Amino acid sequence: MSSTTPHLPLTTSKDKPAMPSRAMQTDERVRRISPWRSFIGRPEFGSIAGTVLVFVLFGIFAGDSGMFNLDGVMNWAQVAAYLGIIAVGACLLMIAGEFDLSIGSMIGFAGMMMAVPSMFMGWPMWASVLFAFAGCMGLGWLNGYLVVRTRLPSFIVTLAFMFILRGLTLVLSTYFSNSTIVSGVGDKVGSDPLVSTLFQGSALHGLFAWLAQASIIAKLPNGNPIVAGIPKVLLWWLLMAAAAGFVLSRTRFGNWIFTVGGDAVAAQNVGVPVRRVKISLFVFTAFCACLFGVLQVADVGSAAADRGLQKEFEAIIAAVIGGALLTGGYGSVVGACFGALIFGVVQIGISYTSFDSDWYRVFLGAMLLLAVLFNHYVRLHATRSK
Amino acid sequence: MSDDYILQLENVSKFFGTVIALQDVTLRLRRGEVHCLLGDNGAGKSTLIKTLAGVHPPSGGRYLVEGHDVHFSSPREALDRGIATVYQDLALVPLMSVARNFFAGREPMRKWFGLIPVMDVDYAARVAEEKLADMGIHVRSPHQAVGTMSGGERQCLAIARAIHFGAKVLILDEPTAALGVKQSCNVLKLIHTARARGISVIFITHNVHHAYPIGDSFTLLNRGQSMGTFAKDDISRESLLDMMAGGSEIQSLVAELEGRAA
Repeated sequence: MSSTTPHLPLTTSKDKPAMPSRAMQTDERVRRISPWRSFIGRPEFGSIAGTVLVFVLFGIFAGDSGMFNLDGVMNWAQVAAYLGIIAVGACLLMIAGEFDLSIGSMIGFAGMMMAVPSMFMGWPMWASVLFAFAGCMGLGWLNGYLVVRTRLPSFIVTLAFMFILRGLTLVLSTYFSNSTIVSGVGDKVGSDPLVSTLFQGSALHGLFAWLAQASIIAKLPNGNPIVAGIPKVLLWWLLMAAAAGFVLSRTRFGNWIFTVGGDAVAAQNVGVPVRRVKISLFVFTAFCACLFGVLQVADVGSAAADRGLQKEFEAIIAAVIGGALLTGGYGSVVGACFGALIFGVVQIGISYTSFDSDWYRVFLGAMLLLAVLFNHYVRLHATRSK
Repeated sequence: MSDDYILQLENVSKFFGTVIALQDVTLRLRRGEVHCLLGDNGAGKSTLIKTLAGVHPPSGGRYLVEGHDVHFSSPREALDRGIATVYQDLALVPLMSVARNFFAGREPMRKWFGLIPVMDVDYAARVAEEKLADMGIHVRSPHQAVGTMSGGERQCLAIARAIHFGAKVLILDEPTAALGVKQSCNVLKLIHTARARGISVIFITHNVHHAYPIGDSFTLLNRGQSMGTFAKDDISRESLLDMMAGGSEIQSLVAELEGRAA
């Protein structure tokens, strides 16, 4: 596009004195910023510092408890991965200046959309999963469309969907199975090669067996590795984070996300399709929620009406700890992933320590407060005129 | 000889319901001149800008670009003809870097491995810095947030961006309104630089002291009507001041105050 933009020959003016050469342009007001200072100015700094902090804390209080053994690591990494997947979606949406409070309900609803057709209507599992993704993304589109059309705050529109979808999940579940849980889905997933390959269990078994053979990782008494492989949810998290991080920092669409969230009017004036950007991010967030739901159903083996409860808040908290501003225009995918990692470490790690696990929420609340204060300071710093 | 003019409004009127925002206004912009549009608040300056920028179609009269009648239905069309408007809000995002702002909506692209389209961030940074330097503005780093720049620097960034993207006519909406003396001076210098490169400028202001040094011709607006266009040789700063709505009022106020002091 830029190659077709007309450029004026800006350097052909003859009546102007020559511009100062680049060597002369050193401005006495320019201050060298140390790499350290520029690092703490980055959006993900808070979450990386927080991650270091929790690792140090748990290293002290649970260092010898097995939390940092391979099976312990897989344990909390898996929790972080689930949250990380939706935090990535929530983060991009927040940078674009919107919220989605229906993420948690969408997770439960996705599970039902996957379980009901396959268990009660005779659909093949792959078709049900496809249906769940299509349905969720359609709902995400509807969320986005309503927000950009009505110009209502996304908070209120998606709050409505949080209740609608949670209610529908419950209605579907009780209508078809007479209970709030639809069980037996795991076996059906297992018998579908495509779906089980994509979403169920773990991967890289050969590598782990080899590592165990080479005594690099611990073995069970029967000679198998202590952990069969990397849970697929972890791979999905890495994939989603890498893709979203790439899009945000490297592509045109990523620049649009920042522009739209930073100032929607300015974005409109420079020709960014504000509505399209916002709607597609609502769709992406719904996709992430559906991925969470499908992975969880495949892993746990059942769909239940209370799945994903409060996950929308956890996703938003992870994004905020990761440096995303509530007002949009600022944030990072890497930061959101570290935010999710903090969740996983604290939630699982606390049971490895002698602390009561009820402290988990207290710790997270404090973490959130700290992060918000820190982000507020960063924004003041970034928008302050000299 | 209408060919001298890059942009003309001939007897343009604009009505909003019963309100007459503009009445038979004629404004002719010569190629490569700085044309100052002077008027107090409510004189119709904003409506005139928006008519030029393609936001409002005129209710009556003709709008010509390079001698041809045009009927813009959106600002995009005006932009495609090289008519760029820099509004007071500047369309800049404070939290984003200079480079990203400079190219927002018109990102330079390159391909990774000849396949994956990515934004050419290095190119954006280099070009943004160069183009700003060409205009005499030196940023600390193209990666610094626009929010850390002063109002004058932001104004200059927005103008430099419009020029880079092919503006032949620059419409500047009160570019010096919120600025201090030194920063206003920088913006005036930038307008001079733009003119030296053959760009025609419409400079909207209510400050005669900013308009007079830089302007080649002056059109005064008062309550939706043009009080005429004057070349710089034909009018003095004092008579301009007098003609501005409020000029006579200020003078009578001055006289009254001086009388009281005496």
